[in-house]
Parts: sequence; structure tokens; C-alpha cells
Amino acid sequence: MTARPDTTSPNIGAGPAMIRLDHVSTHYPGQRRPAVADLTLEVDTGEIVVLLGPSGCGKTTTLRLINRMIEPSSGRIFLNGEDVTKANPDQLRRRIGYVIQQVGLFPHMTIADNIGLIPRTLGWDNKRIQARVDELLDLVGLEPATYRRRHPKQLSGGQQQRVGVARALAADPPVMLMDEPFGAVDPITRERLQDELLNLQDKIRKTIVLVTHDLAEALKLGDRIALLAEGATLAQYDTPERILTEPADAFVAEFIGSGAAVRRLHLHTVGSLVLDPVHAVRAGSHTTHDRSEGSVRRVLIDDTGTVLRWLRPTDDPTRGRAANDIAVVRTDQTMYEALDAILRAHDDTAAVLDKHGNLIGALSWSALVRERLAPDNAPRTPTRATPSGHPR
Amino acid sequence: MSLPTYLAQRWPQIGVLIIQHAEVVLIAVGIATVIGVGLGVVLQEYPRAGRIVVNITGTMLTIPSLALFGLLIPLLGLGLAPTITALVVYAIFPILRNTLTGLESVPAAVTDAALGMGLTSGARLRLIRMPLAWPVVLTGIRIATIMSVAIAAIAAAVSGPGLGQLIFDGLARIGGANALNEALTGTCAVAFLALGLDLLFVVLARLTTSRGVR
Repeated sequence: MTARPDTTSPNIGAGPAMIRLDHVSTHYPGQRRPAVADLTLEVDTGEIVVLLGPSGCGKTTTLRLINRMIEPSSGRIFLNGEDVTKANPDQLRRRIGYVIQQVGLFPHMTIADNIGLIPRTLGWDNKRIQARVDELLDLVGLEPATYRRRHPKQLSGGQQQRVGVARALAADPPVMLMDEPFGAVDPITRERLQDELLNLQDKIRKTIVLVTHDLAEALKLGDRIALLAEGATLAQYDTPERILTEPADAFVAEFIGSGAAVRRLHLHTVGSLVLDPVHAVRAGSHTTHDRSEGSVRRVLIDDTGTVLRWLRPTDDPTRGRAANDIAVVRTDQTMYEALDAILRAHDDTAAVLDKHGNLIGALSWSALVRERLAPDNAPRTPTRATPSGHPR
Repeated sequence: MSLPTYLAQRWPQIGVLIIQHAEVVLIAVGIATVIGVGLGVVLQEYPRAGRIVVNITGTMLTIPSLALFGLLIPLLGLGLAPTITALVVYAIFPILRNTLTGLESVPAAVTDAALGMGLTSGARLRLIRMPLAWPVVLTGIRIATIMSVAIAAIAAAVSGPGLGQLIFDGLARIGGANALNEALTGTCAVAFLALGLDLLFVVLARLTTSRGVR
């Protein structure tokens, strides 16, 4: 599980808006209420914005407004500063990658032909297409030599979705729209695909708008989350952290539910906390009881540096080894994982290692609570998120 | 004259009739394919109109072929014209119906993806929808062909070309010299021709369908 950086994330928001919906509304024929009513939303270059909300709130409709698979009845749509409300929709869509839950690979074409279709319609020559196909297969973690000539039905669901992402990236569009891309795969594959998307995004830095109804997925993937209520009204447009700590109204508070405090543990790594100091004691060594260390905890380690157990002040490190019942976490693990390790060890403190495996401190239950569980989760009334959604 | 001697003597004429018969059928099915597939592609956008047209063409199938051939005489006279016309009328229905069914059976996710990635409507039809509907469309053409082989035999009633001539001639002179041989040869040749064309379609389907959808 990859934790998102803290709320004061750099870069994101620095660039100009890549996508801007300006007072956009749309109606479905035969329905009196608009599916999307006067929505204004900006997505900055290079960020992942998650459209989150209950089913029927219009999040997919909002997504499909961006590439005009649904036409707005009023309002304007801007892509990279250019008004595309009246642009040729087919040409517009070739500048926007599109990934859907059911993938929709073309079953009669090979994987290479699926990925190369848009480059081909754009008139690339064969050599360039083939190079691009191989590059993209590599990028999404599929061996080109193995998969190039296969047909979609020969691939698993997870592999098909990887090809779906590769196909969307084929013509190197600056924007990707993803409609519940990981909704149809099993939970383990979903988790892996999410991690892969984040890794991929580190490399390609696309502007991504992703629809989901899964709060955990939104918190994990989103640089910002647009939480939509019925009629695609923007209930709150904010970072995951602030959605959890400062829900704009009762609707948001209800949507994130009672688990918000625990969920926030997913957002931070152990390394972001101030750790208690520890004193490592090598097994078998005779330590003089240095009184100046006061109440500093002592950890017994073996010759290779492996953490064995805590030492009580009266314990003698020369005596035999105890069972391995100490919680150990690395700084790049989330606080959620740290809490899990502490609870499983029936303890109140975890030993913390840096990424090289060196002991650097201790994380206590009380520090966890003090730091992250304390602030209350009450709605921030009466201020609402600004509709244009630029919280920072 | 025994059947084998008859066949040995008349083989050239019989061969010509078989070729004529196949020609008439393939020309008619070719025309019906253009009309049926074209109509299907257009009507796919308008499901209600599509249902109405399918019903109308379906009803035409219930017209007895002998009657239809007869009805066409005042309009088109005798010979090739009424034969082809009647066959086209019958062949349109299976082709049109299967074109509609085939296009409808293309998964919504596939057409959605094709639209979302920016393929024009022509490219979507040519590159995605038609290739995926093709096995079903081809089955329609195959059914139309087999059906037409049988119906074309009746075309001899309006002096149409083909194996019907043997059958009608034989039946008219039953009891006469070679009458039974003629009727029997004509009937069997029609059956064998149908079988042969059917086989041709199996091969054609195999060759023109992607490995990914077999």
C-alpha cells in the first residue's frame, strides 16, 4: 500500500488547469431533473482527481462530459485552456485517454492492434506504432514478446485492464479519463493495479480524472477528491486528508462514515511522525546501567541487527532470547500498518526501522493517538467548499 | 437408358445447368447481401423501423415461390429477370435479420470504448462493429444461399435457367424416355449443389473470422 504524501504536496496545483468545466449542465432526455446541474470544476495539470459519490450522483456523467460522450446542454468545457465545447468530438477524444470498467478491448484484434489502433488512425508508420506498442506493454508490466500477438480472451481480467490503460496512453494524450477502472477485478488484483497506476503516474504525470464509489480507492489514488452529491453538486473538493479531517457538511461527514479516523491512518507513513528514542542493546553484551538514559526504552538486538524484544529496565540482556513478540515496522509503512502490528503483538509500542533495516526509534500507541486519532470529525459548519474548488 | 448411361451421355449439358444454377443463386445472393447488409447497417440506428422492415421481409418469405414467379411474369416477363428478382426478395430476410442481430450483439463496452477513444462512426463500423458482427452476418448469407438453391429450381416455371429445367421437363414427360432420369438427376444435383455451397461457406467463415472471436 502506497501512502500519499502529506497535504502540502508540491507540484500539484502549480500548473494551469488542464481541464475546466465552466457552469456545465446536462439533461438526459425524458428526465426533468438535470443529471449534472451547473457544475464548475477545475483539474490541474498532472494531478489525479477522483470523482467520488453515491451511485446515481452523476459522477460518470461528469466524466463523460469531459470528452463529450455526453454533450452539455449549457456551460463550457476547456481542455488545456482551449474551449472544446464545439470542437470535433472524435478529434477531441483522441487527445484524451479513456478507460472503462469493462475494459472493452476489441476481441477480434491482437493486443498490439488494440493498442496501435489510434496511432494507426493518426497515420503513424508501422515501425513507430510497433515501437510504441512495445514501450507501452513494458510500461504496464506485460512482456511485449509474450503478449503482443495474443487476443484479449487469452488474458486475465487484470491483464486486460493493463492493456486497457496502455491503449488509452497510445497516442500519449495529456489527459486520461478512468471510469471505475478497477471495479471488475478481484480485491487483490485491484490493490495491485492501484499501486501500479500510482507508480505509472510517477513516470508519466498525466492529468487523470478517475470515477469510483469506493472511498478507500479515492483516498489512495486521489491527489484531490471531488465528492459529488445528487445532480453532481460539488459537496467538497479537497485533498483526501482534509476530506477526512474537515468534512464540509453533514453529507460529506455521512459519506466518509464513522471510519474516517481510522482511514486517515492509511494516509500517513510512520516516517512522518516524531518517534521516541530507543537504545539498542546487543544480546549477550554487558551494559552498565547508564542512569543518564533515564526512561529511554531498550531493545534487544542480535549480532545481525535483527530486533528481538523489548528490555524492561530490570532485564539482563545476557539472559536467553525471548519469543519474537515485538512489533516491528519500517518508516515507509503506513500508520495503519503500524497500528495493526502493535495490536497483533499484544503490545503498546512498535520498534521502527529505516529503509535499510536500522533501528531508529519507537512508535508508541499514545504517540499514534496523540498525533492522528485525536482531532474530532465534526462537520466544519457553516462554511462550504468553494464550488470552483480551489482549497489551497 | 439406364441412369449411368444417361449421366455419361448428358454430362456436358448437366454440368452447364449446374453452373447456371449456381450463377443465378450467387448473383441473387450477392445483390441481396448488398441490400440486406446496407439496410441492416442503416436500420440498426432506428430499432423501431428495423423491427417493422424485418417483419415485412419476413412476411415475403411466406409467399409461395411458384406464385411469386407467376406474379412477376407480367412485370418482368420470362427468363433471368424474374428469377433473380424473386430470389433476391427471398434472400434479403435472413441477411437483414442476421446483420441486425450481429450488430446488436457487439458488446456495449466495446462500442463505448471505440467511441471514447475517438474513432469516427465510419471507422467504428468498419474496424470494430462489422468485423465483430461478421460471423452472424455470414451465417445469414449462408442460410440465404442454401434457401435460394432450392427456390431457384422452381424458376424453370418462368423459363429461368438452372437445374429446374431438368426436373420440370422430366416431370412433364413422366413415363417417357429418360423422364425419370432427368427428374432424378435434377433433384440430386440441386441437393449436391446446396451441400457444396454450404461447405464453401464453412471454409469462408473460417478464413474471414478473427482467431480472437472464434
